[in-house]
Amino acid sequence: MTKLYAVTRGSKLNKVLPVIFTALILALAVLPKFLAIPYQVKLVQAFILIILATMWNLLAGFGGLVSIGQQAFIGIGAYALVYLADVQGLNPFLALALAAAISGIFAFPLSFLVFRLSGGYFAIGTWVIAEIIKLFVVQVKTLGGGSGISLAAFSGMGRETRIAAIYWSALAAIFLTLLSTILLMRSKLGLALTAIRDDQTAAGVLGVNVLRNRRAVFVLVSVGFGLAGGLIAMSNLRVQPDDIFSVNYSAIMIFMVVIGGLGTIEGPIFGAILYYFLQDRLKDYGTWYLIILGLLGIAIVSLAPEGLWGWISRNKFSLFATKYRVSQTSKEEGA
Amino acid sequence: MATHSNENLLSISQIHKRFGRVVVADGITFDVKKGEALGIVGPNGAGKSTLLNLINGNEPLDSGDIIFQNESLNSLAPAERNHKGIARTFQIPKPFADMTVFENVLVGSTFQGKRVNHKQASEIALESISRAGLEAFFNTPAGKLRLLDRKRLELARALACQPQVLLLDEIAGGLTDSELPILLEIIRELNASGVTIIWIEHIVHALVSVVHRLMCIAGGELIAIGKPEEVLENSKVIELYLGSDFEVGGVA
Repeated sequence: MTKLYAVTRGSKLNKVLPVIFTALILALAVLPKFLAIPYQVKLVQAFILIILATMWNLLAGFGGLVSIGQQAFIGIGAYALVYLADVQGLNPFLALALAAAISGIFAFPLSFLVFRLSGGYFAIGTWVIAEIIKLFVVQVKTLGGGSGISLAAFSGMGRETRIAAIYWSALAAIFLTLLSTILLMRSKLGLALTAIRDDQTAAGVLGVNVLRNRRAVFVLVSVGFGLAGGLIAMSNLRVQPDDIFSVNYSAIMIFMVVIGGLGTIEGPIFGAILYYFLQDRLKDYGTWYLIILGLLGIAIVSLAPEGLWGWISRNKFSLFATKYRVSQTSKEEGA
Repeated sequence: MATHSNENLLSISQIHKRFGRVVVADGITFDVKKGEALGIVGPNGAGKSTLLNLINGNEPLDSGDIIFQNESLNSLAPAERNHKGIARTFQIPKPFADMTVFENVLVGSTFQGKRVNHKQASEIALESISRAGLEAFFNTPAGKLRLLDRKRLELARALACQPQVLLLDEIAGGLTDSELPILLEIIRELNASGVTIIWIEHIVHALVSVVHRLMCIAGGELIAIGKPEEVLENSKVIELYLGSDFEVGGVA
């Protein structure tokens, strides 16, 4: 008896969705023509949050590296952008791409330092590194020292043009980040990371080099964090060490990823959108805003521990074609 | 019974391991020949699973040497030992719970020591799953499998690594009378195709129907090693493990 099987990626749903996503991206790309400036600014903020959540999820949700120090790379990206654009006089968009790369370059040697630690020690270790980098930056006069530095590269540009340009940069950044994430999760590295997510010991026994794959994802997400940092510098036109290296970024990323769904590609996107609306609507309520966030976090963790996406999808479907499907193509009886 | 060569594939010499005050390996020394099937028995807590953990690198040695194909494994991580050709199953299955059965096994075939492309890895995974009898569950999340199927998944994943040595940790426990012969046939076939087997099992009659040699350990010490019938008649083995009313072919 011979059975023949076909192995495919994704479902029928995944064949329709790229068309919808492309349409969505195109619609978002022409939006500055129709949308008032404050809304463009808001969308940039939402895009940045989605990038941050997606990157933190790759690191913690798949790589099992629960870091509370990724603001180190947000800060490196932000300062690198200002330095390259203002001090070196590069085109700010080229500077943005380079800032992301520089952040990744910093991550590689730093990984050797923090990977000596594990679990809670790793989390604290990453935070310490972020603080140390901040203390270094504060000493550098060229980077504005403790009071921070303004971004002057856009000063010759009109407000409308500038904001549209930043909007397009953020749109390109989120598009590239999500596309890379999907491609990454479809690759061998993605298979290794998913295995590490589910059982680190079993992954190692089956030949997955846990340390090397973790290092790869640590460096790759740092490129994403650097990109987000550069965008934050662009949209604020200013970088201040206490803000950009703030551990609040880690708290926000953990919140977005956990309420959205840890270890899924979709979850952090939903979590980031939800968080964006919550802070946009509620941030004027001060303490109440934080209380509501806290209550929501507790409610989701206890009622839907797999996060909103896990609750919606029930693990039965995914928006992106990363899952494998085996189907029987023919069956010959005999022999 | 398959024949095997005289070449030592794996040499364990004077290995020691303790967890706090508990000694789990106390100077164990033995060799395994290429193509051999070696059974391991011993009372609960004897250090059987720990021995497999030491061989595949899940636990570091306190002292001693593990030599595989004339090369020391002592400083290698589990993944590197897998790449040298050592695969194992776990007594308590460790499935990748949110991945499908196919994806679970694909991990094994993709990251084995031999370089394979994606198509080859898929084919090896499909074949390993069929061999372990899990064809009905290709797309099932591994976390949803029953215990028995989880054990089959352990075997399928290990097979997908295309190992030279397969370490089996109580793979037959819990199987029904009709399932056991199927598993024994799979293991015999593997051994006949040249895979060296090191197998811990409490179902002694099943074990001795496959293995060339039997080893008994207790309290981290090697009590006896040799032909199965001789080891089972060894007075110390009877005293420490089998009990005086033991008969081969029956249930211990």
